[in-house]
Amino acid sequence: MATIKVERPKLSIGEKVYFGAIFKGMIITLRHAFRSLFGKSVGADELNSSGMGITMQYPEQKWDDQLPEYYRGVPALVTDEQDRERCVSCQLCEFICPPKAIKITPGEIPGDDEWAKVEKRPKEFDIDMIRCIYCGMCEEVCPEQAIYLRPDYVVTGTTRKDMVHDKNRLYEIGGKRIGLVNKWNELK
Amino acid sequence: MDIDPIFLLAAAIKIGVFIGITMTFVSICVIFERRFSAVLQDRVGPNRTMIPLTILGFKKDFALPIGGLTQPVADGLKFILKEDFTPSYVRKFFFWIAPALVVVPALLTMAVIPFGSPMEFGDTFIPMAVADLNVGPLFIFAIASLSVYGITLAGWASNSKYPFFGGVRSCAQMISYEIALGLSVIPVLMMFGTLNLGHIVEYQAANGWLLIPAWGEGLSLERWLMLIPLGISFVIFTTSIFAETNRMPFDLPECETELVGGYHTEYSSMKFALFFMGEYAAMVVGSALIVTLFFGGWSIGFGIDGLLPTGEWWVSLLHIGCFLTKVTVFILFFILVRWTVPRFRYDQLMNLGWIVFFETALINVFLAALVIAYPSIGPAGFAGGFATLIVVTALLIKIAKGATQKPDAQAV
Repeated sequence: MATIKVERPKLSIGEKVYFGAIFKGMIITLRHAFRSLFGKSVGADELNSSGMGITMQYPEQKWDDQLPEYYRGVPALVTDEQDRERCVSCQLCEFICPPKAIKITPGEIPGDDEWAKVEKRPKEFDIDMIRCIYCGMCEEVCPEQAIYLRPDYVVTGTTRKDMVHDKNRLYEIGGKRIGLVNKWNELK
Repeated sequence: MDIDPIFLLAAAIKIGVFIGITMTFVSICVIFERRFSAVLQDRVGPNRTMIPLTILGFKKDFALPIGGLTQPVADGLKFILKEDFTPSYVRKFFFWIAPALVVVPALLTMAVIPFGSPMEFGDTFIPMAVADLNVGPLFIFAIASLSVYGITLAGWASNSKYPFFGGVRSCAQMISYEIALGLSVIPVLMMFGTLNLGHIVEYQAANGWLLIPAWGEGLSLERWLMLIPLGISFVIFTTSIFAETNRMPFDLPECETELVGGYHTEYSSMKFALFFMGEYAAMVVGSALIVTLFFGGWSIGFGIDGLLPTGEWWVSLLHIGCFLTKVTVFILFFILVRWTVPRFRYDQLMNLGWIVFFETALINVFLAALVIAYPSIGPAGFAGGFATLIVVTALLIKIAKGATQKPDAQAV
């Protein structure tokens, strides 16, 4: 291999004195300071800045409209167009869930119910959001397309109990989904 | 020796107030550092620190609309409440005494800085410095260099190699820059002919600040000629103050990239906070000294001081405000430099100190002496002296070049 000898660049006297470079640097940093104070930093508009630097100040400003369609947020349950719970409590999601965040208590549908022929629905359906890792395996494994990941990501609570989403909460997040969920979409 | 009770009372009040001002400035420095560095880097910085009323049982936190100025309080509380961990392998006594040795000199030096014009009380003028010493700058140099003991002891007592390197580096750095610092201030003192900082400021108030001689006697040709050596003095002095306070670009002792955290790697909680406070207090004192020597201390300048009545309390307060404003500007300058100039390599630092600044300061002393002596030695003497100076300078540059030459790698 050929040896390449790298010469140090020869500096002129102005560069050796060094103060010129320091002042140039200060002018650059000060320009950044003034621009960011007046919200004119480079890239402030594209990044939807709060008017200070290029920073968006989170709880007040959000980036939600920029989330991609296939964003994996919180898992939620959905009902179909007839308001039937899609979940038939087969418990596949419970078994596949890597961190064991899902806990399902299956229940029977009484014989006089309109959907009696479906036979089963969950009595309880808890997802522990402290455990959930948003991997989306429950969505992939679900034969009924009843559970899927929503673009919501703000999950907060002050106690551990708050962080467990029960059935009502899950349906509230998921809402109604019409038609088949196209879960084999390549983007998902 | 009889002690004047008014003097004692005034001294006690001054100590309280000035230490209060310094500590306030230290905490203000911290928030300035964080906010200013944030805007320099297109960020926001800590802007929403609140008073956490919820932990006292209230429904909501109380947010003051002051852009996070309560942040220093939160920082201080955090430091006090953190676990104070002393590793088992340290040399306990020195480990405990080192942080105090860093803070105390920084606060002591504040004693001789004149904060404002003398205030008339009864029939005595009370100077607005805790100790109106006749050897002000010498006192500051003597005490400020003691803070290196704290850093070196911290490095040694930690009994761990990175802190030790930090301590040793700090020691070498302080010694190198102390010399440049002392020499660079000599032209200034030669011009004033006094070492009393109070008198220095009064002279500047009447006859133009040292670097802006625009009124009074400052309009003479001599003063404008003196700007050349004084400008060089100012540059060397300011840079050396940066090195003395261990600030970027000279913060080799704590250099995170090489030494983890330098001399305070093993420290935690309030002991670490004391190092932090010591650094910022040194920065405040450094800015105060630069302002006092080169930018007229408390004087408002441009001949306004002469129009104001002397000794009135409101004039003194006005002057204190003026002084603090100037100090704030310089602190902002310190912060700007920190976030602009990258850290020096260690050999570059030593070269700069010993080869560039030491020699330049030395030549500068003679240059200033020549300008001052011009009226008495006449043009012929001046020309002769100047020629000698140029020859000596050329010789020194040649020697310095030889000193910086690296030995040939092949020869080893």
